[in-house]
Amino acid sequence: MTAPPEVLPAGGAASAAWLLFAIPALSAVVLFLAGKRANAWGHWLGVGSVLASFALGVVIFVQTLGVAPEQRTTEVSLYSWIASGTLDVDFGLRIDPLSLTFVLLITGVGSLIHIYSVGYMAPHEGAEPSSDSSRRRFFAQLNLFVAAMLVLVLGNNFVLLYLGWEGVGLASYLLIGFYQDRPSAATAAKKAFLMNRVGDVGLALAIFLLWLELGTLQYTEVFARIGELGGGTILAITLLLLLGACGKSGQFPLQAWLPDAMEGPTPVSALIHAATMVTAGVYLIARTNPIYDLSATGRVVVALIGVVTLLIGAIIGCAYDDIKKVLAYSTVSQIGYMILAVGLGPAGYALGIFHLLTHGFFKAGLFLGAGSVMHAMNDDVNMRHFGGLGRRMPITFVTFGLGYLALIGFPFLSGYFSKDAIIEAAFGQEGWQGWVYGGAATLAAGLTAFYMTRLMIMTFFGEERWQKLTAPNGEHYHPHESPPVMTGPMILLAIGSVFAGFVLSAVGLNQWLAPSLGELEESTHGVLPHALVPWLVLAFSALGVLVAYLVVGRRPTPVERPEPVSLPVRAARRDLYANAVNESVIERPGIWLTRALVFLDNRGVDGLVNGLAAGLGGGSARLRRLQTGFVRSYALSMLGGSVFVVAALLAVRFA
Amino acid sequence: MTALLAQAASTAGDAGVGEAVVFWILGPVALAAAIAMVLARNAVHSALFLVLTMLSLAVFYLMQQAPFLGFVQIIVYTGAVMMLFLFVLMLVGRDSSDSVVEVLRGQRVAAVLLGLAFALLLVAGVGRAAFAIPSAGLGVAASNGNLPGIGRLVFTDYLLPFELTSALLITAALGAIVLAFAQKKPKAKLGQRATVIARLRGEHARVSPLPGPGVYATANSVAVPALLPDGSIARESLSEIIEGHEVDEHPRPPADAHALTDGRRAEPESAGTEARTTGAATGGEEERA
Amino acid sequence: MSPTNYLLLSGLLFTVGAIGVLVRRNAIVVFMCIELMLNAVNLSLVTFARINGQLDGQVMAFFVMVVAAAEVVVGLAIIMSIFRTRRSSSVDDANLLKY
Repeated sequence: MTAPPEVLPAGGAASAAWLLFAIPALSAVVLFLAGKRANAWGHWLGVGSVLASFALGVVIFVQTLGVAPEQRTTEVSLYSWIASGTLDVDFGLRIDPLSLTFVLLITGVGSLIHIYSVGYMAPHEGAEPSSDSSRRRFFAQLNLFVAAMLVLVLGNNFVLLYLGWEGVGLASYLLIGFYQDRPSAATAAKKAFLMNRVGDVGLALAIFLLWLELGTLQYTEVFARIGELGGGTILAITLLLLLGACGKSGQFPLQAWLPDAMEGPTPVSALIHAATMVTAGVYLIARTNPIYDLSATGRVVVALIGVVTLLIGAIIGCAYDDIKKVLAYSTVSQIGYMILAVGLGPAGYALGIFHLLTHGFFKAGLFLGAGSVMHAMNDDVNMRHFGGLGRRMPITFVTFGLGYLALIGFPFLSGYFSKDAIIEAAFGQEGWQGWVYGGAATLAAGLTAFYMTRLMIMTFFGEERWQKLTAPNGEHYHPHESPPVMTGPMILLAIGSVFAGFVLSAVGLNQWLAPSLGELEESTHGVLPHALVPWLVLAFSALGVLVAYLVVGRRPTPVERPEPVSLPVRAARRDLYANAVNESVIERPGIWLTRALVFLDNRGVDGLVNGLAAGLGGGSARLRRLQTGFVRSYALSMLGGSVFVVAALLAVRFA
Repeated sequence: MTALLAQAASTAGDAGVGEAVVFWILGPVALAAAIAMVLARNAVHSALFLVLTMLSLAVFYLMQQAPFLGFVQIIVYTGAVMMLFLFVLMLVGRDSSDSVVEVLRGQRVAAVLLGLAFALLLVAGVGRAAFAIPSAGLGVAASNGNLPGIGRLVFTDYLLPFELTSALLITAALGAIVLAFAQKKPKAKLGQRATVIARLRGEHARVSPLPGPGVYATANSVAVPALLPDGSIARESLSEIIEGHEVDEHPRPPADAHALTDGRRAEPESAGTEARTTGAATGGEEERA
Repeated sequence: MSPTNYLLLSGLLFTVGAIGVLVRRNAIVVFMCIELMLNAVNLSLVTFARINGQLDGQVMAFFVMVVAAAEVVVGLAIIMSIFRTRRSSSVDDANLLKY
C-alpha cells in the first residue's frame, strides 16, 4: 500500500472545476424556469451545457496529464459551506485521477446520450414542437442529474458526496417517473426512491459514525486518520458504506428497483441506470479505499455481495423477454463484477473502475440500440414480437452487435480486457475466496454470453414475427432505421465499445489511477495461473453462445411466452423472488405494524383522550343534576359549608 | 318594670338572681316559641310565635342594659316589621299553608342533622371559649345613660355607616315601590298620528270627531243638536245628560250632496248612534267600539 | 348566672332559624326564620357589649336592625310581585334557574 499522495491546491483550468457542475446546474435551472418559451431551443441548451462541461473536463484532464503523478491530486476550496460548532464542511472539490476519470465518463457519455435524446424525445409527428414541454422538462432533469453526479464525484468531503448522492437520487426519481401518466412509471419511481433511501440511510449513518469518531469529514483528513480507529468501528463503517453502495448500485439485497427503473425513457436507462449513477456505489467504495484497505472482513463482504449480485443478474437476465429488462439485469450483473473487483482490495480497485469505464461505453451503446429498436417498433419491448430486424436497421444492428460482443468478452473488444482482468484477479485470491469468486464470475460470464446471444437472436435474426402482429395501438409495425441524431451517438459508443478496453489498458489506466487508488497489486499465488483464466472464460462464453444458438436460434421463437415452464425459469422470471421476499419480509410486517399503530392510535391514544373527555362530560352531566334550582338545596349546602368551616375553626382553635 | 329590670342588672356585669330568674323563664319561652314558629303549619301562627320570641328578646335587651334596643325591638320589630309580615300574609292569602309532603328528598333529615351539628358546634365553641368569663358591665361606658352613649357613638365613630344606612333605607323604600307597584298591562298609548291613521283605516266607529253642539244648528244652545251638512240632525252632538230639544228636520238636499258624508256610515250608523244614545260615555275621543 | 347563657340561647335560636329556612317552603315563613336568625345575632351582640363593657355592640345591633328592616321591605316586595305573577308563595315553585 502506498502512502497517500500529497494534496496540492489546484491551479490553471482545474481551479475552474466548479464550472463542471455549475454549467449543467445553471442550464437545468434555466430549463425548469424558462417555461414554454424554451420549448424550441431548450434541448440544445441542455446538450450544449454538457458538451461545455465535457470540454472543460478534457482541458483539466490534459493539464493534469502534464504534471508528475505525485502532483495530480489537487483540491479547490470554494468556500466554507457548513460551519456549525466543530463541524466545518468545505464546499471543496477534489481533482484527482479518479474524479477526473468519472468526470470524463459522465460528461462524455452524457453528451452522447444528450444528443441521442434530442432525437429520441422529439415530439411525435404532427405535434407542434413549441407546444410540447416534455422534451424541455426531460433535458432539465437530465442536466440536473449530470450536475448532481458531478458534485458527487468532485466533492472533497463526505457531505458534498452525500449532496450529490441525494441529487442523483432525486433526478433518478424524476426521470424514472418521467411518463407521469403511466401508473407503472410512478410506482417504479417510488420503488426506486424508497429502496435508494434504505441505502442512503446506510451512507448517512456511515458519515455520522465517521464524524463521531474523527470529527472531520474531509477525505484527506479522514483517510489520514482512519488508522486511529478500532477494527470494529472500521468494519461498521465499511458495512454501512456498502449498504449505501448497494442501494445506489442496485446490488443484492437492494437490486429490485433497477429493473423496474426501465419504466423511464431509454436514454435515462442508458445514462443513469447503466453508465453513471449506478456506478456511484463502485465510486464510493473505490474512493474510500483507504478505509477498506484496513478491513479485510469488510472487503470479503463487499466481494460476496458482488458475487451474489452478478449471479442473480445473470440468471434472471436469461428468463426475461423484455429487451430493456434483460439489459437492466445485465447491468446488475456487470456492476456485480465491479463490486467484486473493488471488494478484492488493492488488487481490484483499478480493475473495477476499468470495467466501469468500458461498461459505460458498451452498456450505454446497448441501451441506445435498444431504444432505437423500440423507436422502430412502436415502443414495444417484448423481444418475442421482434425478429429479423437486422436487415431493417443495419446501423442499429451493427452498433448493437459490437456492444454485444464487447459485453460477452469477445477477444480484444472492451469487455475482454476489463472483465477478464477482474476474473483473473478473482482467481488470484487465495483459498476458498479464489474458487468462489473466480468460479462464480466465470459461470456468470457464460450466462452473460447465453442471455445476450438469446437477445441478439430474438431481436435481429430469424423470422420476422412482427409481420403477423399489430402494435398495441392497432397499427402495423414498420421498422425503420433511426435518424442520424440517434445513430451518431450509437456509432461513437460502438467505437468506444470496440477500442476503449484496448486503448485504456495500453495507455495504462492503472498507473493513471494509482495516485487515487494505490498501485495495482498483481496477485502471484492464486488458485489458477493467469495464463489459464482467459481460455477458461472464453470457453465458458463460447459455450453460452453455443447453447443459446441451439436453444433459441435453431427453433422458431413462440410469440406467446411458453407456460408452464420448469422451476428455475419460473423463479428467474419472478426475479428469483426478490420482490416476493421484500414483500413478505418488509412490506407485510410494515403494513401490519402500521395497522397495529393505527389501531393503537385509534383505541389507545384517542381512546385515552376521548375517554377523558367523555368522562369529564359524563361527570359534568351528572354533577349538573346538583343544580336543582331549589333554593333550599343551596341553602342546605351553605349550612353544610358553615358547619364545616366552624368545625375547622374550632378544631384549629382548640385542638 | 323596665326600671326594675335595669336596676336588677345595673350594679355589675354579672347577672343577679332576679335576672337569672327572668332568663330561665323567658329563655325557654323564646326557644319554644321559635321552634313552634318553625313547626306551625299556619303562617299566621308562625308570625305570632315569632312575635313572642321577639318580645322575649326585647326583655333580654332591657335586662342587659340596652333599653334603647329593647324598645326599638318592641316598637320597630314586633310592632312594625311583624305587622308588615302579617299584612303581606293576609294579602297573599293566609290559607296558603305548606303541604306536608317534602319535595326534596332527604332535605328535612339533612337539615335537622346539620342544624343539630351546627348547634352542637356553637354551644361547644361558646362553652369552651366564654364560659364563666367575668363581664365588665356597662356602668362606665353608659355613665351618661344608655341612649346618650349610643347617640354619641352613632354620631361620632359610626357616622359614615349611619349616613349610609339612610341611603340604604331610601333605596329599599324605592325598591319596594318599584317592585310592588301593580303596573297595568303595558299598553302603548296611541299618539295623535297613530290615532288618525287608525281612524282612517276604519278602526273607529266614525272618521271624524263627534260634532260639537250648535254647529250649523238653528240655535247656539248646547241643548240644540248640530246639523249635518246635508241638513240632517246630528244626534251624537248632544251630550246624553242634556235633554235635547226637538229640532225641525230640514228638507233633505239633493242626492249628490251625500257625497260629503261617508258612504260607509249606512250600516254602522244605527249601531253607533244607538250605543251613543244609551251609553255612558260622552267625550269626543270615544274609542270603545 | 353568667351572660354566657345568653350566647348559648342565641346560638340555639340561630340554629332553629336556620333549620326553619331549610325546612319551610312558604316564602314568608322563610323570611320570618331569617328574622329570627338576625334577632339571635342581635342578642349575641348585646351580650357581647355587656361583657366587654362597651356600647359598640349595641350600635352594631342597631345597624343590624336597620338593615333588617330594609331587607324585610324589599324582600316582602319581591314576594308580593312573585306571588302576583305565579300565584304562589312557595320557594320551591321558583326553580326555573337550573341545569
